Amino acid sequence: MDFDYNWFTFLVRWLHVLSGVMWIGLLWYFNFVQIPTMPKIPDEHKPGVTKHIAPQALFWFRWAAMSTLGWGILLALMNNYFSDSIIIGLGSGVAKHAAIGLGMWLGTIMWFNVWFVIWPNQKIALGLVEASADEKKKAGRTAMLFSRFNTMSSIPMLYAMVAAQNVY
Amino acid sequence: MKNPLESLPSTIVMGLILTVILVLVVEAIGK
Repeated sequence: MDFDYNWFTFLVRWLHVLSGVMWIGLLWYFNFVQIPTMPKIPDEHKPGVTKHIAPQALFWFRWAAMSTLGWGILLALMNNYFSDSIIIGLGSGVAKHAAIGLGMWLGTIMWFNVWFVIWPNQKIALGLVEASADEKKKAGRTAMLFSRFNTMSSIPMLYAMVAAQNVY
Repeated sequence: MKNPLESLPSTIVMGLILTVILVLVVEAIGK
């Protein structure tokens, strides 16, 4: 094995996948486990989730999203398909660029939602910042819907990412 | 009308539909 350019590209891809597993794993934890279970938890036990588990999960969630995006951009640059992918292969007419480009755009929209919609609203909903009961309820619903939007988007995003490497 | 994103099963179905659309777009661009 040579520690050449290809190996470092692989290393960056591995870091991108590790970060992505943590990000999407936590996204699916929120959507498949926490959100559906919260209404069933007795009120006196809810703070265990809202004050302890959720803030910790959100910390790793948002920083995993940041790490995934950062390694992903570096990977695209190292593979010389960043600019072709940004325009989803419309210039090159290459299916691989279209697939990875659509995956990159979906992932970037999801990253934006995490940092600029879900996290700010979760801070309000979880009581990490001062807010009225109505504001908390509204923020919780907004965070939930954007979290669901990201869950929906994760399905085509992961198809695009994996297909770009293995199908096209 | 209820937002379909409030339901987890409909969220997944919409994700699968989007995947089919994505495949069609990729195939169209890659011709």
